[in-house]
Amino acid sequence: MPATSPTILARWAWRQLTSMRTAVALLALLALAAVPGSLLPQRNVASDPGAVAAFIRENPRISPLLDRLGLFEVYASPGFAAVYVLLLVSMTGCVVPRCLKLWRDSRRSTPAAPRTLVGTTSGRRVALETDVSTALDLVVPLLRRRHRRVRVVDHEVRAERGQVRELGNLLFHLSILVLLAGIALGKLAGFEGRVAIIEGQSFTNSVAQYDEFTPAALTDVDALEPVSLTLEQFDASFAGDPESRGEPRSFEATVRWSGADGEEAEQVIRPNAPLDVNETKFFLTGHGYAPRITVTDGRGEVVFSGPTIFYPIDSSYTSDGILKAPDARPGQLAFQGLFLPTAEQVDDGAPFSSFPAPVNPRLLLTGWTGDLGLDTGEAQNVFTLDTSNLERIGGGDDRTMLAPGETMRLPDGLGSVRFDGVSRFANFQIAHDPGKEISLVAGLMLLLGLTVSLTVRRWRVWVRVQPDPQVSTGLVIVEVGGRSLTKRRSDEQALAAEIDRITDDLVEATTPIPGRASTREHEGAIQ
Amino acid sequence: MTSSTYALVSDRLVLCAMVVYVLAMLSLAVGSALTSRGRRRAAVADRLPSAVALTAARGATVTVDRGLPEPDLHGSSPRSAPGTTRLTAIGTSLLGLGLVLTVAGIVARGAAAGRVPWSNMYEFTVVGVAAFMAAYLVLVARPRTRVLLAAGVWIAGAAGLFLGLALTVLYTPAAGLIPVLDSAWLVIHVAAAIVAGGLFTVGAVASVLHLVQLRRERRRGVGSASSRAETLEQAAQTAYTIAFPIWTFAVIAGAIWAENSWGRYWGWDPKETWAFITWVFYAAYLHAQATAGWRGKKASWLGLAGYLAFLFNFIGVNIWVGGLHSYAGV
Ligand code: HEM
Repeated sequence: MPATSPTILARWAWRQLTSMRTAVALLALLALAAVPGSLLPQRNVASDPGAVAAFIRENPRISPLLDRLGLFEVYASPGFAAVYVLLLVSMTGCVVPRCLKLWRDSRRSTPAAPRTLVGTTSGRRVALETDVSTALDLVVPLLRRRHRRVRVVDHEVRAERGQVRELGNLLFHLSILVLLAGIALGKLAGFEGRVAIIEGQSFTNSVAQYDEFTPAALTDVDALEPVSLTLEQFDASFAGDPESRGEPRSFEATVRWSGADGEEAEQVIRPNAPLDVNETKFFLTGHGYAPRITVTDGRGEVVFSGPTIFYPIDSSYTSDGILKAPDARPGQLAFQGLFLPTAEQVDDGAPFSSFPAPVNPRLLLTGWTGDLGLDTGEAQNVFTLDTSNLERIGGGDDRTMLAPGETMRLPDGLGSVRFDGVSRFANFQIAHDPGKEISLVAGLMLLLGLTVSLTVRRWRVWVRVQPDPQVSTGLVIVEVGGRSLTKRRSDEQALAAEIDRITDDLVEATTPIPGRASTREHEGAIQ
Repeated sequence: MTSSTYALVSDRLVLCAMVVYVLAMLSLAVGSALTSRGRRRAAVADRLPSAVALTAARGATVTVDRGLPEPDLHGSSPRSAPGTTRLTAIGTSLLGLGLVLTVAGIVARGAAAGRVPWSNMYEFTVVGVAAFMAAYLVLVARPRTRVLLAAGVWIAGAAGLFLGLALTVLYTPAAGLIPVLDSAWLVIHVAAAIVAGGLFTVGAVASVLHLVQLRRERRRGVGSASSRAETLEQAAQTAYTIAFPIWTFAVIAGAIWAENSWGRYWGWDPKETWAFITWVFYAAYLHAQATAGWRGKKASWLGLAGYLAFLFNFIGVNIWVGGLHSYAGV
């Protein structure tokens, strides 16, 4: 390493960074750096929001260390960013100057042939019984078939092909930068949110109505697309044949929505077929059951009534949920429920659900009474029940299983619970990504550039025609050679084949005299 | 025919294909064993200067005489006994027959399920075998990649093994589609991924043979530009070069599908991540082939790293990692 002046050092470092060797190393490094994030759960990654918390709970010993190393946020970590930023800087610094050079080259004419054409990887030499100008006249159209810029200079023909390949290479590499811009715009100005809507209920697109809302740094949360929608009906169908019994077959959410300028419409949202209102999209991502329950307290007053979302916990849609009735008197009431869409019970075993559709719906309830702690003002999670200050109703007997329409009377004059029936709910993912179109265009540019750069072969071909130095023979010596300007070996083979083709066609066009030609062969072989 | 007859016919066809691949493997194995014995004997004759050797020395050749035999640059010996080449030819034809049976099995499967037949691991594997067999047969028919004939045993063995695994471990009866997979983008995305995977597999076999041959040649001290290792490497490069844009397309189509069904086109889901890792390794491979000091051996290792990532995505992620794509059904 030269350690003289800072400028020289900086220039040396820049040359290293933008060399192809560095590119290979950085690409390999990027691939390896992406591995841990695929094996450990990640924060802010769509698939399962609770996965990281669950992993930490299950692996309390190593998790803090993994967390400190940033392994739960690999793709947002400084280390990962360092690799791809270096790669992009290296790429720009490598590809742009190369293409500028190419641009200058392409405006210049093809350089002269190297001195010994036969010495190039695929060069050939033949002796033809003709004169120089005839040979040149024959060569030019042969080259024109597959080359551009065919030029005759003295006794030499120069031809070139495939410059568009470099344009493809540039387009490909630069489109990666454009892609990054598209991703960045989405990450800076878009949003993603989730909401579960029960049949018959409505949703208005404002932050407060979301179950979960993840805005980006520059999202204007007060200017979300003004749209509201009502889930009119949700339909699901499941396979009934024995082999794939219970596998989902179709999901359909029928919604009525209204937008900014008073437009209103009914639409069916399916998986892969979202509702799109001015680029704010509603995707159907899941569904479940919401049993309708009425709780009447000891005074005979209805203290809870309506559907409650129960979250599915297995593929047969066994679902659990919580309901709380803090206004109930004499004691506050709460219930842990288990909903079975197709309840079955084998002998005295625990009841279970055997099919996801509501063929034989049953509701199992465990009641609690006491102080729900709702008055303390502390934030309460509606999906969990803290039973530490509660007393189990009925002292821990088996839970009662209710069919739709049935009522369970609570002991000690606490009241009663009625299972009115069951509604469905649908989960929607709502997303807005203003960078999406940019990314799509970048992807298409990338594909186009890549295809051009991988399929177009770029090379130069020269043909030199000279009278035989041994004047007595009356022959002309034709040398054909070329140079591949890509580094792919298959291109070198193709160039060799092309040179063979040109030579053979030339030979054919002049019908050589076999006897004489073979005398030249040995001379060439010795050279 | 009813759909269950189609399903039965499909299973039988796939089973037959597997048997045919195994027969092809045997025929090719015996053929290549006999050929290499023949080549050892012929090696003595190689030292004598001959017209063929002279014309074969490219770059210093003057030739107008078309009467000489074509120089053999592709490693297959023209001197092997006629019986052995016949065995190789039979083996290769059997591979073609196996491909026909596999494709017929796939078509029958599609008829049985009433949809495109690539939506679970069993179907991916069967279609993948068809894709790589087709890629292999196309490449082997081209003069520049004819050297892959030497890889026939391994290709046949891999096809038999994959179909065997498909029929035993991965087997899933023909059935309809779960809703999230019911999309035109699925058809396009998965089809492209399978075609690319077929080419990657052929390339990986060629890369392994290249590395093996490289060691062998280094021990023997050969290593000219037209060596067998070199031709194998070129064949691998051809396969990777065709596969890479197809894989790129598959990833883009997958992103469009993800946008359509989950509202985001990229979410670092394990399946997406491994597709990205595969892509980056092959990009590194293509760079390496254009970089002094990386060409050859190191480049082949990068190509194999890409293939391992591809395989892990197909097998490992489905079985051990999960994620949103895990409904593919093992
Ligand atoms: C962002 C990561 C990059 C990716 C995904 C990528 C991908 C590719 C691919 C697939 C090719 C093959 C095209 C062909 O062979 O014609 C290629 C070629 C090329 N890349 Fe990159 N590249 C990246 C970064 C870089 C960097 C950092 C440099 C320079 C240091 C670079 C310089 C080149 C050059 C010069 C070629 C043409 C090679 C040739 O002449 O055959 N690339 N790149």
